[in-house]
Amino acid sequence: MIENRPWLTAVRHLVLILGIIVIGLPIWIALVASTNTSASFVSGVMPMWFGEEGLNNFRRVLTNEGRVLGVGVSASWMMWNSFIMAMVIAIGKITISILSAFAIVYFRFPFRRTCFWMIFITLMLPVEVRILPTYEVVASLGMLNSYAGLTIPLIASATATFLFRQFFLSIPDSLAEAARIDGAGPMKFFKDILLPLSVNNIAALFVILFIYGWNQYLWPLLITTDENYYTIVMVIKRLMTAGEGNVPWNIIMTTTVLAMLPPVVVVLVMQKFFVRGLVEQEK
Amino acid sequence: MHDNVVFNNKVLPYFLLAPQLVITLVFFIWPAGQALYQSFLIEDAFGFSREFVWLDNFIYLFSDDEYWNSIRVTFVFSGLVAFSGMAVALLLAAMADRVIKGATTYKTLLIWPYAVAPVVAAVIWWLMFNPSIGILAFLSWTLGHQWNHYVNANEAMAVVVIASAWKQISYNFIFFLAGMQAIPRSLIEAAAIDGSGPFKRFWQIVFPLLSPIAFFLLVVNVVYAFFETFGVIHATTLGGPGNATRTLVYKVYEDGFVGLDMGSSAAQSVILMILVITLTIIQFKFIERKVQY
Repeated sequence: MIENRPWLTAVRHLVLILGIIVIGLPIWIALVASTNTSASFVSGVMPMWFGEEGLNNFRRVLTNEGRVLGVGVSASWMMWNSFIMAMVIAIGKITISILSAFAIVYFRFPFRRTCFWMIFITLMLPVEVRILPTYEVVASLGMLNSYAGLTIPLIASATATFLFRQFFLSIPDSLAEAARIDGAGPMKFFKDILLPLSVNNIAALFVILFIYGWNQYLWPLLITTDENYYTIVMVIKRLMTAGEGNVPWNIIMTTTVLAMLPPVVVVLVMQKFFVRGLVEQEK
Repeated sequence: MHDNVVFNNKVLPYFLLAPQLVITLVFFIWPAGQALYQSFLIEDAFGFSREFVWLDNFIYLFSDDEYWNSIRVTFVFSGLVAFSGMAVALLLAAMADRVIKGATTYKTLLIWPYAVAPVVAAVIWWLMFNPSIGILAFLSWTLGHQWNHYVNANEAMAVVVIASAWKQISYNFIFFLAGMQAIPRSLIEAAAIDGSGPFKRFWQIVFPLLSPIAFFLLVVNVVYAFFETFGVIHATTLGGPGNATRTLVYKVYEDGFVGLDMGSSAAQSVILMILVITLTIIQFKFIERKVQY
């Protein structure tokens, strides 16, 4: 038994509470700012307590009343775009990764290693380092300003393939052997045995990939010029540069709250899967 | 490996791999090749003429003071983001490790910033440090310092570092905590019986055992700071004041999409790719080594 030191326990709690306050401060600021008038941000110190304008601000931003966002589309529409982007990326990545991991682990075929390495290379090249050529490819395919252009180039994922591969390798051989003796074909084995076993991994990956998709910034910024395809995360920056000296902070913060809400809810609701999934990624 | 038990099918595996391979080829390998090819060309801004110039783009870059400045800025920025994010996370994980009451609540309240987009984090911190109305600028003013990240290079750097590191704390925290909880209790108990106090135990047992995780996190954080913080810079400092926060990724974007200097931007992409590949190999070597333990 390790000794019990009450003062040390007290220090632990104190540091943790302090940490939570410091980490939570930006959210407090954003929430408070979203309930105040723009006049409260003109001079003096910014408001630190809730105002009366909350409902009003959220209504104006969600409906883009009086072009408050400086673009032709409302925040609710842009959140819908972000949602489509996040869902297509998450589901698409999981689908194509689980299929390719299945092929790599359970089949022997020429160029198997080459395929594995080609997929692995994608892990090394984040979109940020090859933005211009990727943009040119997407433009030449006529995919600018479309949901396809927003999602498909980001859908190949070495990380997810790697994760599923590791997981499949940990499944006992006897399962596949038994399935084969019973006369089940590969796709039946995949559907009836592998897929149910992978539910936890899929859930964990979904959280990570949904957040990845929702939070994309550079990519939508490059390939959308049509306001109908703007996402909620990228519009924030446009608001910042709207009018120097007279930045509508209450509107910006209302938009940031809306931009944070869906991914934070996903993390909190699926916390258990998410934490396990993250830690497993490293293995 | 499943060497004995495999399905015999000549065509199916290619069908299963096809979607992944097609996307990889079209959106990863082809653009990467394009970048490599363009890095050897000089093209005018309208694409009317191009000339093959061998390594001129690279030679020009490495003789350009601005590029060296950008390299320096990127390393300082990444170092600070990785170090501060990991230090705070380690402290919080060490505190949370042995807490029993309220452990779940603490964890929940510490992990959600993972979900916040870097650009969103940046905008909120930018407001808090706003020289005329920000609460943190006001606090610094009461301490006798006039905060202004529009003018002061170090202060601009501080804001983007804080915003980027803040978001990473939860990620680091999850890994450090998982690592600490995997340390056998008997080790700690043995040390306690031998009479070493909690601080000595942390530095002599827990900390060394965490070093593989710390190394893994270091690479992850550096990669994050290098490549995923474009939004942080783009939404706030725009690389300024002067060139104080112009990181390599931001410069690639600026030279390519604003300056329309294709050759230079492609050459910078190639340098970044080499950098990422090096980092990934280091990380991979490390994972392999750990597996052998």
